[in-house]
Amino acid sequence: MDRNMIIEKLTEVFRDVFDDESIVINENTTSSDIEEWDSIEHINLIGAVEDEFSLTFKMKEVSGMKNVGEMIDIICERGKI
Amino acid sequence: MKELAFPFDNRYILRNRKKIRKELLADNSTRIKKKVAVLGGSTTNDIVFCLELFLLNNGIEPEFYQSDYNMFWEDAVFGNEELDSFSPDIIFIHTTCRNISGFSDSLINDESVINERINDEFNKFKTMWTSLYSKFSCPIIQNNFELPLYRYLGNADFSNINGYSYYINKLNMLFGEYARNNNGFYINDINYLASCIGLEKWHNAQAWCMYKYALSTDIIPEFANNLSNIIKSIYGKNKKVIALDLDNTLWGGVIGDDGQEGIEIGKESAVAQSFTEFQCFVKNFKNTGILLTVCSKNEEENALLGLNHPESVLKPDDFVSIKANWNSKDINIINTADELSLLPESFVFIDDNPAECEIVSSQIPDAAVIGFEDITEAMYKLSRSGYFEVTSISEDDLKRNEMYFANAQRNKQKASFENYSDYLLSLEMNAEISTFRPVYLKRITQLINKSNQFNLTTRRYTIEEIEAISDSDEYIAIYGKLEDKFGDNGVVSVIIGKINGCELNIDLWLMSCRVLKRDMELAMLDSLVKYAADKKITSLNGIYIPTQKNKMVMNFYPDVLGFEFVSESDDGTTQWRLDIENYINKNTVINIKESECVL
Repeated sequence: MDRNMIIEKLTEVFRDVFDDESIVINENTTSSDIEEWDSIEHINLIGAVEDEFSLTFKMKEVSGMKNVGEMIDIICERGKI
Repeated sequence: MKELAFPFDNRYILRNRKKIRKELLADNSTRIKKKVAVLGGSTTNDIVFCLELFLLNNGIEPEFYQSDYNMFWEDAVFGNEELDSFSPDIIFIHTTCRNISGFSDSLINDESVINERINDEFNKFKTMWTSLYSKFSCPIIQNNFELPLYRYLGNADFSNINGYSYYINKLNMLFGEYARNNNGFYINDINYLASCIGLEKWHNAQAWCMYKYALSTDIIPEFANNLSNIIKSIYGKNKKVIALDLDNTLWGGVIGDDGQEGIEIGKESAVAQSFTEFQCFVKNFKNTGILLTVCSKNEEENALLGLNHPESVLKPDDFVSIKANWNSKDINIINTADELSLLPESFVFIDDNPAECEIVSSQIPDAAVIGFEDITEAMYKLSRSGYFEVTSISEDDLKRNEMYFANAQRNKQKASFENYSDYLLSLEMNAEISTFRPVYLKRITQLINKSNQFNLTTRRYTIEEIEAISDSDEYIAIYGKLEDKFGDNGVVSVIIGKINGCELNIDLWLMSCRVLKRDMELAMLDSLVKYAADKKITSLNGIYIPTQKNKMVMNFYPDVLGFEFVSESDDGTTQWRLDIENYINKNTVINIKESECVL
């Protein structure tokens, strides 16, 4: 699966969840780059990403993801577009 | 908002919740503000977020307090300064089967041991409810318990005294009994909801282990909707009327084409049976006080032919209005609303034709619309929507349809009189006007929370507040009941006045629109003045607070009652005053039952 395509779809998810059309993400984006991305919003974000790519993150993955790039790795491996 | 009407898309709501919230807040509708304390036995953040959306959509703007994680018991029993100063209008206790402490960890053969545990568990909750109630005197909503997903006893989990299901079912019965016996205490039935959604979808081990959510985050909108239905019902935001199409909604086929013998209703065929079930279901709503009307494109003669089918459960007399004509359906609903003195937004319209559904929802955006392909779908939507969520059933609810029927007869009589006061006299009206009495407090509260049009201040009160006012010397609070030769209208008017030295500030004055133009308001003023004079009061202060719905009483104080103007503020609120030292009674057409007034 094309990483650029995934980034594009992920951007839509981020924009909806944080209700901010100006959000731009890349492989290195982390929660500290987006002001509203706190532990509460994280839960909702993970849910929305799971729905978008029809996959379920494992518990280890949820707590282990360091940046958007690692999220994309998992989507590449198991997600569907 | 369409996105929040059942059946909704949980995922869409979760993903777009911020945008939805913004849109709701920007729609300029007037909402009542309520403080909601959420005491959780598990994480509640997303529940609160979604609950806010559904409440906003139902005309309530909530402010929230959330207990710290799993501190529900401590907050309730030992108190908490933050909660005290928040002073909630309503309390929701979010506990689930994750919070049950008495499940057995070893097999026990002694039933009395298990029963004692169940009773202890129940008493722990009861202590909490009593403590909250004594502190805040406000409505309390409590989850019952859903079944857990895993059961090591298999089917025996239900019958064996060590089973989780056994324990939960018994505990739920105790919760239900408590709700039946305590006003202002309501159960959020998550046992039903979880079954409906399916335990597999409801439970999510990951959500529990990682975030301490006791239910899957995916279905939180369903949960929040279920809970918001109770809250909006408590604050009188239920719908009141079901407007029904006829052909392919109440029976299969088209009466105009197929004739009475040709339509499908009864037990002859599967299709006929499904419509019979639907009619029975709708009739149950009628029995709880919901009004039924017909809104059909038909010749009236044919509509009546269909309803008089020997197998039809619903007969013409079950409907307070039958509109069978060729007008646009939105117009028919607006006309019916007008005849019944109700707002079009209190209607739920059910029709199999998507085009009719579309025109009604576009022309009357606040009315609810149920479209369907198969009639069983309409039944399910009606059942799950919560439009008619029951939080109390008063005597009035049970008699409501009769009252509207009597109203139709009055209108017929009116047409035969040239002089209006002759007509009023011919009604032989009797009123009972008195200070609040315990037997009517439920109805009084219900009326206070749902009257919008003839309501000078639209202030809402809970049953607890009404009880307090009823017992207090600082208030003069009276109700009025009106009956005539056609029937009893029940309690139709309420006034709450706060005594301030030798003046009475009228905090609330409302009347049910079904007794408009009967001079009941004059009779109420006469009695108010009498009670006020007994307390050495010399003048009444009236206030009118404008809302989108109460324009009808904008000039009630000066034009109808003869109050004098005092002041007007920027938002249109006006103050009025009446000197009552030389007051002369105004009502000449209603006979007041004096015996009932003396208390």
